[in-house]
Amino acid sequence: MSVLTQMGVSEIAASVRAKRVSAVDVVGAHLARIAEKDGAVGAFLAGSSEAAKAEARAIDERVARGEDPGPFAGVPIAVKDVINVRGLPTTCGSKILKGFHPPYEATVIQRLKAAGAIVLGKANMDEFAMGSSNENSAYGPVRNPWDPSRVPGGSSGGSAAAVSADFAAMALGSDTGGSIRQPAALCGVVGLKPTYGRVSRYGLVAFASSLDQIGPLTRSCEDAALTLEIIAGQDVHDATSSPRPVDDYRAALTQPTKGLRIGVPRDFLSKGVDPGVMAEFEKTLSVLEKDGASLVDVDLPNAPHAIAVYYLVATAEASSNLARFDGVRYGHRAESATARATLKDMYGETRDAGFGAEVKRRIILGTFVLSSGYYDAYYVRAQKVRTLIRRDFETAFASCDVIATPTTPSPAFKLGEKTANPLEMYLADVFTVPANLAGVPGISVPCGFSNGLPVGFQFVGPSFEEKTLIRAGHAVERLMGVVGRRPVF
Amino acid sequence: MAEIENKLLSHIATLARLSLSENETQAFAHDLAQILKYAESLESINLEGVPPMSHATEGERFRPDEPTHDLTREQALQNAPDQEAGLFRVPLVIGG
Repeated sequence: MSVLTQMGVSEIAASVRAKRVSAVDVVGAHLARIAEKDGAVGAFLAGSSEAAKAEARAIDERVARGEDPGPFAGVPIAVKDVINVRGLPTTCGSKILKGFHPPYEATVIQRLKAAGAIVLGKANMDEFAMGSSNENSAYGPVRNPWDPSRVPGGSSGGSAAAVSADFAAMALGSDTGGSIRQPAALCGVVGLKPTYGRVSRYGLVAFASSLDQIGPLTRSCEDAALTLEIIAGQDVHDATSSPRPVDDYRAALTQPTKGLRIGVPRDFLSKGVDPGVMAEFEKTLSVLEKDGASLVDVDLPNAPHAIAVYYLVATAEASSNLARFDGVRYGHRAESATARATLKDMYGETRDAGFGAEVKRRIILGTFVLSSGYYDAYYVRAQKVRTLIRRDFETAFASCDVIATPTTPSPAFKLGEKTANPLEMYLADVFTVPANLAGVPGISVPCGFSNGLPVGFQFVGPSFEEKTLIRAGHAVERLMGVVGRRPVF
Repeated sequence: MAEIENKLLSHIATLARLSLSENETQAFAHDLAQILKYAESLESINLEGVPPMSHATEGERFRPDEPTHDLTREQALQNAPDQEAGLFRVPLVIGG
């Protein structure tokens, strides 16, 4: 029996179902580790130890009665604080939602709980999922377990750090431009962004509705596959959720590397990538080739425009989505200075005091690109280039099964290193943003280390080909020998 | 559009219902100018006949537009900063 906090999703569920270990012990071990170690990391914003222990006891009682609690039996999970969990606050890392208690629960949480999962707590994040370093949280930064002087990535920084630090076997994140894959890469864990529409967004606080997807962060592709099997599928509460049947993603774990056609967009990778990251990427490619994969040159001529398109489209959608935070129905309301303040004054003061700088910056940009006189020149133009980016992927996937890139241009950077220059921070997502714009799935898998920091390898696949991403990702996991290496902090 | 004037930025902030301080206005004007300059690269792309893409979904799916009662009045009001007689209470809307 391995250390309880080092067990993966499948191992915990199998052990609890077989009565080899109790859910109470599993949850207790994780809570003890969080209590001892999270002070140095800052992965969690809120949680209820008592509720988690009570749920664990209920799971054990069901097992004792001969019932099967499900494929997540007794598995402790963390949930990015942008996803509603009943009984816990949702803050989105923002002051404006301090103390907000959601009156309903996200579909993904209902499904995971029905499969036996136990929510330990809400994971820290960049405010409203806007950021690539977790430094935009109103409740303090998260530190990378591999080097506490460095960022965990973002915006799902708390989720990635929690899984990396063995605080939770799985964490849910959300990915609008790379917010699952980028922190997964920087923290040395697996992060999967499903196809747009594969997972219900009901109960996810919206950032950019045409780009957002919920997905898992785990320590193995097997655990990512198992999580996706549970959270994927049509939901009556999300009209964009796909009616396509959900695949047996774990079956892809037994597929060989042989025959896999891996597209490599050489031009897109030609500049701006850290040499240490590039070296690990090339090494992984050649190992995959030796194991039977074929490497194909592909071209994504419009991918270099993705960051510009993203910051016009995503901010436009955000400016609209975040209009709901106005101090009327929920959240913070500014106590107005003047007795005769009007509703309009209250809106402006509430929003100026409640939102942080990056959120305000993006609301301003989004409002600008949607405003009269600029709409066609910026917003519509960006939407047209988005079409070209999607077409680039469709063309490329005619000659390959997956496209490989490094997940990020550099390993984890220092806290404060990029905060003075918003544009430089945005470029941390250069390789992850194209998949969101095209709506296609992507996975980041740890492939090596550069100066002691984890390096992520990204595969992007055609729509609804998550099984191919699991197959390819598992090959990297199996061949590169990074699995099982843990941060010491 | 290399320069975002402070005046234009104030107008945008009003549309966005953000009461920005003078310092914020200046800082965001600078940041916006920088980001929009970066986005100038899109101007050189030939977009003739290219349709705009708003979503990555496969066709539209609509549900019947029928009201449901997912939340009780109590639940809907549970997070309200101010309420009275089962209603949200807001400051003066007209006049003042």
